[in-house]
Amino acid sequence: MSARSYIVDDREKKTFLLDREVLVSDDILRQEMSRIFGRCWIYVGHDSELKKPGDYRSRKVAGRPVIFVRDQAGKVHCLFNTCRHRGAIVCTQRDGNARRFMCIYHGWTYGNDGNLIRVPGDDAYAESFEKSGFGLKRPARFEQYRGFWFMCLDADAQPLGDYLGRAKDYIDLVVDQSPSGQMEIIAGVQEYDVAANWKLMVENSVDDYHLPSTHSTWLNFMANSGVKIEPPKEAGLVLPTKGLAIELGNGHFTTDNVNFRGRPVAKWIPLYGEAAKPEMDEIRRELVTRLGEERARRVADTNRNLVIFPNLVINDGSSVTVRTFYPEGAGKMHVTAWALGPVEESENARARRLDAFLTFYGPGGFATPDDVEALELVQQGLANWHEDRWSEMSRGMGKEGEQLNSDEHHLRIFWRRWNELMGAPA
Amino acid sequence: MTIATRTVVTRQEVEDFLYNEAALLDEWKLDDWQALLADDATYYVPPNDQPEGSHRNTLFLVADDRERIRQRVIRINDPNCHAEFPKSRTRRTIANVRILGVEGDLVTVTANFVCYRFRRYERVREYVGEYRYILRRTGDTFRIKERRVLIDAHELGSLGSVSFIL
Repeated sequence: MSARSYIVDDREKKTFLLDREVLVSDDILRQEMSRIFGRCWIYVGHDSELKKPGDYRSRKVAGRPVIFVRDQAGKVHCLFNTCRHRGAIVCTQRDGNARRFMCIYHGWTYGNDGNLIRVPGDDAYAESFEKSGFGLKRPARFEQYRGFWFMCLDADAQPLGDYLGRAKDYIDLVVDQSPSGQMEIIAGVQEYDVAANWKLMVENSVDDYHLPSTHSTWLNFMANSGVKIEPPKEAGLVLPTKGLAIELGNGHFTTDNVNFRGRPVAKWIPLYGEAAKPEMDEIRRELVTRLGEERARRVADTNRNLVIFPNLVINDGSSVTVRTFYPEGAGKMHVTAWALGPVEESENARARRLDAFLTFYGPGGFATPDDVEALELVQQGLANWHEDRWSEMSRGMGKEGEQLNSDEHHLRIFWRRWNELMGAPA
Repeated sequence: MTIATRTVVTRQEVEDFLYNEAALLDEWKLDDWQALLADDATYYVPPNDQPEGSHRNTLFLVADDRERIRQRVIRINDPNCHAEFPKSRTRRTIANVRILGVEGDLVTVTANFVCYRFRRYERVREYVGEYRYILRRTGDTFRIKERRVLIDAHELGSLGSVSFIL
């Protein structure tokens, strides 16, 4: 198939259009599986999910069943969950602790470091048969940054640290909430399908333009709970406070907003209750002492939705959510979302963080279900893609200097990078 | 159990109460439904992978206190609650109702449920699971002190969301 561009990026006319075929085509999805998911660093899991030797989580990453596991020596592995003998899944439990994984079909057994340790009746094999050559396969690369583990199927890819580039600064801002620099995934995972193309979730995660129309019931709830929702003071803003869209290189980007919605890390709102004030003041003081006034303000008084290209979102907003999603067909995605918190958080602070999470995020939250609805309506509308071909994404285009979170600058960053990786002519 | 704390509760009374509640929810009479709640009512939907967890240290799908339930109903009744406008059509069936215990004026009840949810252009979504109630005896009826909904599915998956009162 000859490469073509899926976007119209006319900087002179300040027009940006997206070919809607990319959101509906199974053929494009097949190309994405090799050109995007086969080449980029893809999030696997967080170090804190594997606390002890032998702890494991089985999950699908970019469609591949893997075992994310800590071996007896404490080393973390990402193993393909596929028996080397005849191909069956070897770990059927969602999570647990195990020294070995045995395939139920013929009993081939692997250690939690992936090595093949037992083959029933191995005297029937020729002398040339070496067990050491039959350990569980693994992705070409597997690296972590501050506890976030990623895999890459491309052996020649740049190291994770280089790939993340300036996105590391924004991961650091999240991790800085913890006095010891250690965040943990909190128990309880939200896994749900959305009947929409996976790339629509990328857009939605950072698109602050949609907030007033999609989430008016959430804004009402905030107002009912005592948060002042004032009309924007500056021209061009759609939200009570100013927020920027920032390019971070390699297709990564983030919003960076002055907070109005409260933060479990040291920005009190009436929703948290009077009783929470002293502890939140204490959290604030610790931040200032450890990080200085300015950095403490960055951590506590801004909220940021970060996209690590292609499909990891870390929302440091009403709470912290780590969210990833994979295509299951052109018109469907599977979303997995976790809450993240500082390991040393008190019981009350943890409960407050989880409650704040549910005010906005998740399948029962006061906002996420309406996002899902919006994305599914887009996908339904796209059935007309052949006759109504282009999505209009030029909001804020050509603006010099600061880019607003409610413009579409950051969405264009995503699509330009995606288009490039899909082989479009430069 | 001592004579003093014994409260006579029949399964039929409990079933009548639950059937009425189910009808109010399926008919979207959410204000009438709220009248069934005690002042300290809570509503929980634990995550599929940790059904027995506590909302204080586990990320739930829903963990509402009485005030949050009030806010949830305000939201769901608003036409700008896009996930439920137009409203889903739901039909729930409740069975295997069991009274697990009576302590003072509190009655612990469990029941199986199936809730079918229909939306335009979509195939049916079937929510299957267990309702766990703590009911407070109030005169000749009950008020709901705790309402806990455990979903059997391993992950929410194609059920998508819990944007209505499940």
